[in-house]
Amino acid sequence: MLNFDLEQDQLILRNTIRDFAEKEIAPKAEELDEKEEFSVEITKKMAELGLFGMFVSEEYGGSGAGYISYIIAVEELARVDGSHAATVAAGNSLGIGPIYYFGSEKQKKEWLPMLCSGEKLASFGLTEPDAGSDAGATKTTARQTNDEWIINGSKIFITNAACELSGVTIVQAVTGKLQNGKKELSCILVPHGTPGFTQRPMKKKMMWRASNTAELYFDDCAVPLDNTLGKRGDGFSQMLSTLDGGRLSIAAMGLGGAQGAFELALKYSKERHQFGVPINTFQTISFRLADMATEIEAARNLLYKACWLKQNKRAYSKEAAMAKLYCSEVMRRVTHGAVQILGGYGLMKEYGAERFYRDQRLLEIGEGTSEVQRIVISRHIGC
Amino acid sequence: MNIIVLVKQVPDTETRIKLKAGSTDIDREGINMVLNPYDEFAVEEAIKIKEAGGGSVVIITAGEAKAEEAVRTALAMGADRAIRLDGAEFAGADSYSTAKALAKAISAEQYDLILCGKQAVDDDSVQVGTLVAAMLGIPSVNMVTKLEVAGGSMKASREIEGGHEVVEVPTPCVITAQKGLNEPRYPSLPGIMKAKKKELKAVALGALGLSADEVGAAGAKSAVVELSLPPERKAGQVFEGEAAEIVPKVVKLLRDEAKVV
Repeated sequence: MLNFDLEQDQLILRNTIRDFAEKEIAPKAEELDEKEEFSVEITKKMAELGLFGMFVSEEYGGSGAGYISYIIAVEELARVDGSHAATVAAGNSLGIGPIYYFGSEKQKKEWLPMLCSGEKLASFGLTEPDAGSDAGATKTTARQTNDEWIINGSKIFITNAACELSGVTIVQAVTGKLQNGKKELSCILVPHGTPGFTQRPMKKKMMWRASNTAELYFDDCAVPLDNTLGKRGDGFSQMLSTLDGGRLSIAAMGLGGAQGAFELALKYSKERHQFGVPINTFQTISFRLADMATEIEAARNLLYKACWLKQNKRAYSKEAAMAKLYCSEVMRRVTHGAVQILGGYGLMKEYGAERFYRDQRLLEIGEGTSEVQRIVISRHIGC
Repeated sequence: MNIIVLVKQVPDTETRIKLKAGSTDIDREGINMVLNPYDEFAVEEAIKIKEAGGGSVVIITAGEAKAEEAVRTALAMGADRAIRLDGAEFAGADSYSTAKALAKAISAEQYDLILCGKQAVDDDSVQVGTLVAAMLGIPSVNMVTKLEVAGGSMKASREIEGGHEVVEVPTPCVITAQKGLNEPRYPSLPGIMKAKKKELKAVALGALGLSADEVGAAGAKSAVVELSLPPERKAGQVFEGEAAEIVPKVVKLLRDEAKVV
């Protein structure tokens, strides 16, 4: 049975988020991007709407709306602004997700309600200056004393980890050596405010300028052993699983961003007259728009299928990598085309295509570069 | 206070409307449908009154099954339950036969106040609220921008040419909402999830207690005979040169072609 209809609540959700993004985010997006400013106000409003903890069950303060609904929300935010989509996507799939899926009952009760209400944001501390695609090269260590972890090291490019709402970071650290000689990796919850844990916002970004990105430093930072997420030594598999989900969020940002840039270009092409006629009457423009629309449709189908697999508890790792790879590359082609169709105006901040063009660039890098996605996919297909 | 809100699902205002060939309707295939923006003000006002003083908010629509999306949106905002008039007999209605069916459905409910948008943004007939009031024999105030509950009456403020008029009417009454009445809330995610479980009753013609010739196209007092799109805007003309030589040309065109002077 093949069924492409969304549920009624998903249609209502899409209209609601679209309305919200157009009224509350769009008027401020350009200025926040220009000033490189994270908006606590908009983040709080997104939280009021219930955008944090959408896939979390009600007993922990979520709305239990499911993964497809969550992805539609990220898509609709990204259609208007990448930065705000990033705040929600990272808060959910990298912050709330690992605690919800791997946390102990006590950890879930302690953190999820305040994360789902948007009182605090959680973040995922994985990448290090020398451990990017090679995530296993983590150097940050957690040494065990009687009842505490003593963490030392640093993290980089961590979303949502240095703003006034930042509440907890899930830190991946080396906690020992396995019998096969490999590192034992564990994830540890480190509340902000713990002595020895400092955060520095990273500025001068090319993209997502209104989202918060941090460098983190751990200097003999002590937390209780109870703060271990799940079991000691599960850090690597938790990270891989978290990134599978995170990839769907990035794909949603690619899809939404492509949709936003496409709509901008389509609208402009109807209004812009050259040689006495609207430019969309030129085949070179209309064919380019037709290609954009086709690729966006294909991207949406691939992404929704991957989400459907996840929501129905099927294996989705391959499809998540494919969706992430494809959606982010579709947005590259679409934003490139949008800037081209807007011509000189495409280069000006005021017209919006420029921001989509910059925001796209991260999508081929974050949560596994396109090259890493190709590695993942090639392994799945038996290479 | 028991409040009834009448709502309609309409095409998203940004939708590009196409006509359905060989009919007096638009092509509804694949267009995004939303809760009528003026009805959103009505829903918000009802929920605010309920939040302040208790009571219930019941949504009623005369739309087809697809319109349940708009109804659920109102439930997600905080309304308690909903009724949808269900059946092919209701199709092709004009304002009169729509109001007739709605008034009948309302009369089966307990109500102190009926709220609705001043108009639906699709057919813009601006009649249903007033007709419902007339059929129920209760007063109505149109295009209200401020509303207060004052004991057994409502104090409604409306914009008039060059000022405001404040009207007091006894309840029950019909109030139609104008932009400015309030700032409608967004339905929250938890609200959307809760709305799935709220009662949305489909009421067929038989249960309503009207006959087929009283509703829909059969019960209508008017019929749409033609529907056409506005003419496409032509590209503007640019005149270049000295003002003294341009002005006579422009005036001549305004008089002879545009026929506006």
